[in-house]
Amino acid sequence: MSEIREYIGIILIVIGLGFDFLGVLGLVRLPDVYNRLQAATKCVTFGSAGILLGVFVLQGLNSFGFKALLGIVFIFLTSPVAAHAISQAAHRARIPLSKKTVIDQYEEDKELKEGNNVSS
Amino acid sequence: MKIFRWIIGLLILGCLFYLNFFYYEAPFLLKLVNVILFCSLFVLYRVIFGPSPADRIVAVDIFGILIIGLLAILSIIYDEGFLMDIGLIWALLSFVASLAFAKILQGRSLDE
Amino acid sequence: MNVKIKSRLVVFVLSVLVWCALVDVSHIQEVIVGIIVAIFVSLFAGRFLIQEKGVKNIPKRFIKAIVYLFKFIWEMIKANFHVAYIVIHPLCPINPGIVKVRTDLKKDFSLTLLANSITLTPGTLTVDINDEKSELYIHCITVPSTSVDENSKAIVGKFEGLLKEVFE
Repeated sequence: MSEIREYIGIILIVIGLGFDFLGVLGLVRLPDVYNRLQAATKCVTFGSAGILLGVFVLQGLNSFGFKALLGIVFIFLTSPVAAHAISQAAHRARIPLSKKTVIDQYEEDKELKEGNNVSS
Repeated sequence: MKIFRWIIGLLILGCLFYLNFFYYEAPFLLKLVNVILFCSLFVLYRVIFGPSPADRIVAVDIFGILIIGLLAILSIIYDEGFLMDIGLIWALLSFVASLAFAKILQGRSLDE
Repeated sequence: MNVKIKSRLVVFVLSVLVWCALVDVSHIQEVIVGIIVAIFVSLFAGRFLIQEKGVKNIPKRFIKAIVYLFKFIWEMIKANFHVAYIVIHPLCPINPGIVKVRTDLKKDFSLTLLANSITLTPGTLTVDINDEKSELYIHCITVPSTSVDENSKAIVGKFEGLLKEVFE
C-alpha cells in the first residue's frame, strides 16, 4: 500500500516538473512581456502546485503535509495578483507590445480619457 | 531559419536530458533537483539579457515560485521539516517584492 | 450579533485550527503560544473577513462554490496544455492583443475572484479594470474577435453566472 502511495507522489512531482520546465521555456521563447507573463505564470504556478501536492501525498497527514497544502493555497492566491500588477505597471510605463499584436483597446481608451482631460 | 534553430535547441535539450537521467548516477530525486536548477539558469538568462525592465521583474517573480518547488523536493530528500517553512516565507517575500517592483516601474511612491 | 465581533471570532477559530495543523500538538506550550498569537491576529486584522450580514441560502451557495472549484481546476488543466502546445510548436503560433469585456458583478471580492480565474484560464490575462468597475481589459494570446459583446460571452461567461449565484 505504501509503495503505491510513493509511486503516486513521484508521478505527481514529475508532472509538476515537466510543466515548470515548459513555463520557463515559454519565458525564454515568446516575444514580449505580456506573452511571457502569461506562459510563465500559468505553467509555473500549476507545476509548483503539482510538486507540493506530490510532497503532501508522500508525507501523509502530519504537520509537514499540511505545510505543503498551505503552500498550494498561498501560491494560487498570490501569483495571479502579482501577474496583474506587473502587467498593469508595464502597460502604464509604455513598454511596447510585440509586432504581432493585432488590437489594443486599452491604449485607445487611455488616449480617449487623456484627450477629454486636456480639452476640459 | 526558425525551424533550424528549433531543431538545434531540441538536440541540445535531448543531450542534456540523456546525460541527466541515464548517464549521471545518483538517487532519482536528486536528478529531479537538477532539472529545477537548469530551469533557474533559463530564468537567469532572462534576468541578465532582458530587453526591458519589466522582463527582469517577471523573471524575478517566476524565480520565487520555482524556489518553493525546489525546497519542497529538498525537504523530501533530507526529511527535514524546516525547509518547507523557508519555502513558504520565501514565497511571501517574493510576492511583496514583485508588488513593490511593479509600483517602482510605474513611477508611484511606495506608500500609496 | 455585531458583524465585527462575529468576524473576529471566525478569524480566531480559523487561525487556532491552522496553527494546530502546523505544529506538534502533543506539547501544551505550543498550543498556548498559538492561542496568544491568534488573539493578536484577530484583534489587528479580524474585521476584514466578513463585511455583511443576513446571507441566505448558505448550503446552496456552498454546493455552488464546490462546483465552481472543480470547473476552475478543469479549465486550468486545459490552459496548461494550451500554453504547452504554443511553447513546443516551432513557429510559436500567437496572435496577441488587448481586448475589453463587460461584467455585471458589483462586489470587490467577486471581481477579484473573477480576475484571478481569468488569469489562470486558457490564453487570457487581466491587465486593468476601469473606474466604474464595469469593464475589464484582458490580454489574449489568440484574440477571438474584435467586438466587445462576443468577447464578453467567450471569456467572462464561463465563470460569471456561477460567481453571481455564489456571492451576490
